[in-house]
This record gives sequence, C-alpha cells and structure tokens, in this order.
Amino acid sequence: MIKVENLTKKYGDFTAVNDISFVSQPGRVTGFLGPNGAGKSTSMRMMVGLTKADRGSVTIGGHNYMDIPNPGQHVGVLLDASAQHAGRTGREVLALSAATMGLPASRVDEMLHLVSLTDNEAKRRVKNYSLGMRQRLGIANALMGDPSVLILDEPANGLDPAGIRWMRGLLKGYADRGGTVLLSSHLLHEVQMIADDLVMIGRGEIVAQGTPEELLRDSGTFFRALEADQLVTALAENGIEATPVADGFRTDAEPVQVGKVAAERQITLVELKLADGGLEDLFLELTAETQRETYTEGADK
Amino acid sequence: MSTATAPVQAGDPGYIDISESHRPSFLRLVGVEIRKMTDTKAGLWLLIVIGAVTVIINAAFLIWGPDDLTFNDFLQFSGMPQGILLPVLAVLLVTQEWGQRTGLVTFSLVPHRGRVLVAKLAAAIVFVLAAFAVAVLIATLLTPISGASDGWDGVSVGWLSRSILALVIGAVWGYAFGAALLNSAFAIVSYFAVPMVVSIVTAIWTSAQEKLLWFDLSTSSTRLFESDSLSGEEWAQIGTGVLLWVALPLAIGVWRILRAEIK
Ligand SMILES: Nc1ncnc2c1ncn2[C@@H]1O[C@H](COP(=O)(O)OP(=O)(O)OP(=O)(O)O)[C@@H](O)[C@H]1O
Ligand SMILES: [Mg+2]
Repeated sequence: MIKVENLTKKYGDFTAVNDISFVSQPGRVTGFLGPNGAGKSTSMRMMVGLTKADRGSVTIGGHNYMDIPNPGQHVGVLLDASAQHAGRTGREVLALSAATMGLPASRVDEMLHLVSLTDNEAKRRVKNYSLGMRQRLGIANALMGDPSVLILDEPANGLDPAGIRWMRGLLKGYADRGGTVLLSSHLLHEVQMIADDLVMIGRGEIVAQGTPEELLRDSGTFFRALEADQLVTALAENGIEATPVADGFRTDAEPVQVGKVAAERQITLVELKLADGGLEDLFLELTAETQRETYTEGADK
Repeated sequence: MSTATAPVQAGDPGYIDISESHRPSFLRLVGVEIRKMTDTKAGLWLLIVIGAVTVIINAAFLIWGPDDLTFNDFLQFSGMPQGILLPVLAVLLVTQEWGQRTGLVTFSLVPHRGRVLVAKLAAAIVFVLAAFAVAVLIATLLTPISGASDGWDGVSVGWLSRSILALVIGAVWGYAFGAALLNSAFAIVSYFAVPMVVSIVTAIWTSAQEKLLWFDLSTSSTRLFESDSLSGEEWAQIGTGVLLWVALPLAIGVWRILRAEIK
C-alpha cells in the first residue's frame, strides 16, 4: 500500500507537484494518469527518495522508503527503462540488481523467462535493445526481488498491443495475489484497460480520483432504442432531458432511470450504458489546460 | 479509495513487514561496484589497458633500458601508467551512474547514497591495490633478470607504503573530481588539465616555485615514489595539496550527490 500525503515539489517558482494526496491500495492496480509534464515522474521519484519532497510524505507499507533495509525486496521500481548502461548485457543488468539484493543468480533466469526475453536477447547489450525489450527488462528488474508493491513509470510505453495485453495480465495477476501496483501513463485507454483505480493529475494537482466507474458516473448515460422518439418524449415527461449524440442519445440521468422508463412504455432498448468519453473529456480538458498544442501551432506560423 | 490519514501499522492489510529485511552488506556493495567496472566494454578495456601497459613498459625498459635496473626502478615504471590510468577508473566508477543514468536503479536499491559512495571509493582502492600487486610481481620477476648487483637496495616497507599512498591519492583525486563534476569527460579533462596548468605556472613563475609546491600536488606527490624518506615540509606540502585538490572537491562532490535529484 502506498500512501501519499500532501506531497509538494517546487523547482524555483514553479510548482511541479502541488499538495497531492492519494492511496494506492493492496490488491488493486492504481493508474496515475496525466498529460506530459503533469508531475507523474516527479511524484514517483519522491516516493522512492530520489527526489526530495519540499513538503508532505509518502509511506509504503507503513514505512518511509529510506527506512526499508533492502527496499528492492519490497518495492519494485521502474522509473525509466532507458536509464540502463548501454554497454551492459540485459542479463548483466539484472544480475547486478540480484547481487545488490542478495538474490541467487537463478532468479535472473526466472525473470528473463517471465518477461519473455530469450537467452540470446539477454546476451545482447542494452544499446541494441528495442524500446519494448528495454521496457521488459525494466519490468523484470522491478519484479526481481518479489516485491509486494510496484511503482512503474510509463511501463506500457513502447510495448506493442500484444505486449500491453501481456503486461495487463501480469499486473492484474500480481494485484490479485495481493500486490499493490501504481503505474503512470499519459494514455487514457492504456490505463483504463489495466487500472482498478484512477488518480488523475494535471499541472501538479490531482483533479479527479476514483474507480473508472465512479469517474464515469457523472458523465451520464448513452442509449439507443428502436422507438427512439417515443422514448425521448417519455423521458421528457419524467423530467429527463436527452440530446442526440452520434446514432443515439445522451442524458445526465442514470442508466437505471432510462431503463425504467423504457420498460414502463415497453420500448425496445438496443443499447444502454454509461456515456463514453466522460473520462476522455476530463482528460482532454486537462491536456487542453496545459495548452501545449496552442504553443506548437503558434510556433510554426 | 480511502484517504484516511491514520498511519498504516502492523496488522493493517497494506502493511509490509520489514523485520526480516536486511540491508545489503558493505562487502556486497563493494563487490557490486567492482563488478560494474568489469562488465562493460569500456571498463573492461580500461582494466586490460592498465595491465597491458604495466607489463609492456617494464618489458620495454628491461630490453632497451639501462642494464642495472633495480626493483625500485621497475616499480616506478609501473607507477607512471598506473598513476595516470587508475584515477580515470576512479572517475568512471562515480560518473557512469550519471552518464548512463544507472543511478536511478542503483539509488533505488540502496537509497542511502552515502553507502554507495563509500563502496565505490573502496572499490577504487581495491583496484589500486590489485594494480600495485601486479607491479610488485612484475618488479620481483624482472629484478633478477635485469641483473643489477644492488637490485633490492632501498626496498623498504615505508617506501612500498608510500608508493601505495601515491596511487591511492591519485585514485581518490580522480574520484573526487568525478563526484564534484558528475560527468566523465569533464572530470577526466579537468583531472589532467588542472595539474598541468599548475605545473606550467610553476615552470614560468620561477620565483614562486618553492611556494607553489604547496599547491602543486602532482609534483609534490611524485616524491612518494622515491625511495628516500620525505622531510616534514614535503609531507606538509602533500597535505595542503591533498586538502585543496582531493578533500575539497570530494566534500563538494559528496554534498552534491547526497542532495542531488537522481533522474
Ligand atoms: N529539475 C527541474 N527543474 C525545473 N523544472 C522541472 C525539473 N524537473 C521537472 N521539472 C518540471 O516539472 C514538471 C513535471 O515533470 P514530470 O517529469 O514529473 O512530468 P510527467 O508527468 O512525468 O510527464 P511525462 O508524461 O511527459 O513523463 C514538468 O513541467 C517539468 O518541466
Ligand atoms: Mg514522466
């Protein structure tokens, strides 16, 4: 379990992380989601003592990271898969970590196998690795000490769709066995697929947190029906306003309210679900606020 | 998701029991640091070059040099390349964590950075001792072959220790520059350029030569390789040189590394 409380980091006048608090629960995958420069990596570095926080605290399993005698055996960390010595072989990278933690060399082979790096690939130097292979190596490194907490910065970055599916399975299984997983991403779809809980951060501040369902709840309901016009009228009679969206309708009411009205009037619903795009909108709003796109448009005249 | 503020305690679901967790021993960390110097092409080649040059320079002097070379002479021959290359090795031990950004992993696994720094320093000294052992071995083998009648003259524990001290000072000096600058190229260039500038100043500004010896560590420390013992003043000059060129950058480097953001 990772507990972040009032964590703050300033670089001069600029506040990179501003008073963030959240909990990453055991048995769950928590997605740490935010656009570029939101402060995800900075927060994660503070969790493991690589960056000193200006204010606030982080405890992992009830401890300060610095107080854990052999942290690699309790907290698996992947902060940047490219941050490896280009001249070392993949196997050697893992072997050094195993040696530091005091694990047997056989553990290296287990990890290589787990992340599907072949013997041949493990003998290559890291500079000849593809991005995805580096990412796998980094994940192997994080899992090496059989930790109960994982902190992964953009672990899916560079993985192909099959790789992402593999990682989702790996992390889900890990969480199901009671592990705590915190992973960051700037891609909503990626996180939505894997995460049980979401923490959304923008410009150093947490703007939303909860399960994807909780976050979607406010986004309303999407429905399609055979007798669509009848249903819209019936809803209006019940004080529920619906607006046409794509090939269906959107309303602020809960799905169950729409379903009830449809049932009363014996209307055939074809589709009834939480509206898509609620999270997406929220996320894009965040991204828009950082106005990176406007800057680039202005730059290339 | 709860944001309750009570600290997580033993027995709580998310609590991690660390009572069986033991921090990596210092010896293990030194072993890892030594390994880091041998598992990359750059590091391995540097070690091979140090060994090869030591052998070659001694062999060359044995074949083409004067006839009556002594143990002292051979050890001094080894001291030249080793005095230049061991500091480079010490620089790389520190700076590779930044240049290659491996510090992210190293300092995640051992968050108390001071332990890693001391382990690296110890590793540098282990390399010095190993290099010196090779030098002694070579000198021991070559002295009888060279056939000087007074081949073993002047060999004393004091002198051997001073030679080791000279090599250690050089290595720590490189280490200190590496730590202060955290960049291989910068540190190596400064390590060689700074003493050179001091020597040039010394050569030009002849009237101040005596005084400059108090700052010119590369000159004052070469006295350590000579077999006759040093005067109190010479020791003091080495002392001030070490303070200025080794202790000061080392203090700056340690301060910097302990505080720096690793990213
Ligand atoms: N040393 C520093 N000095 C000044 N600003 C910094 C420093 N380090 C980070 N920042 C700023 O802090 C902000 C947060 O950076 P961070 O790397 O945490 O973002 P991120 O959420 O990980 O983004 P990304 O998705 O691109 O990885 C950025 O605006 C960055 O420019
Ligand atoms: Mg980042």
